[in-house]
Amino acid sequence: MPDGNPRSRRDFLKVAGVVAGCGALARVTIRPAAATPAMLADAIRGVVGEAPVSKGKVTIEIPPIVENGNSVPCAVSVDSPMTATDYVKAIHVFNEKNPQPYVISIGLGPRAGRASFSTRIRLADSQTVTAIAELSDGTFWSDGVDVIVTLAACIEETTH
Amino acid sequence: MARALIHVPPTAKRGEVIEIKTLISHVMETGYRIGVTGAPIPRDIIDQFVCTYNGEEVFRARLFPAIAANPFISFFTVATDSGTLAFSWTDQHGKTQVETAQITVE
Repeated sequence: MPDGNPRSRRDFLKVAGVVAGCGALARVTIRPAAATPAMLADAIRGVVGEAPVSKGKVTIEIPPIVENGNSVPCAVSVDSPMTATDYVKAIHVFNEKNPQPYVISIGLGPRAGRASFSTRIRLADSQTVTAIAELSDGTFWSDGVDVIVTLAACIEETTH
Repeated sequence: MARALIHVPPTAKRGEVIEIKTLISHVMETGYRIGVTGAPIPRDIIDQFVCTYNGEEVFRARLFPAIAANPFISFFTVATDSGTLAFSWTDQHGKTQVETAQITVE
């Protein structure tokens, strides 16, 4: 080889590799941290306070396997007569692994007729989505659903 | 501000529970995405939705970045009287868009 100094080229490649590696690392660290279980617990406590949350009455429906986390159909309904004395005041939806634990908070009353709504949400990862309903008597009820997401929202789409 | 689609049944029986579907075109930018220049794309979301029936609030939602782009919300209400349903979406900058729909109750 006419190039009499192969070592410098090797060194150059080594350095280049390290630099590229750092670049990749830096890009990874830019990713927003996922919400931690503590953040989720804090968010739920912020809504519920010290009151106990029971399982039941609430049904949250999300397809168990989702191809695209950017738009996931999500429906929540609560078993309630929705009369003037017994109705659902609010429904809150939380997630585990998006950058923020909140998804949506709904306020309703006896005028709603049926305690049910649906929307489309973003999911950054496979995780459990939780719905908590607050009833007019001050009790809280919840339901959770496990969702597998194959293409995540929020994060992977960023640099493409 | 943006294009909104609203579906309200044009007629209903008194006391009937009706389903209302709404959709508004909006990017719902989360603020967590990085743009091509490497800078984060600033957050831009609709954070409030309210539906009133003849001036009385029947449904309210607080939205977060975890709501998909072009937020779709469907919900129920009781058809009490003929009149106007008003829908308002407010973004994080305080800008509000209001759309209305008429309903005839027999």
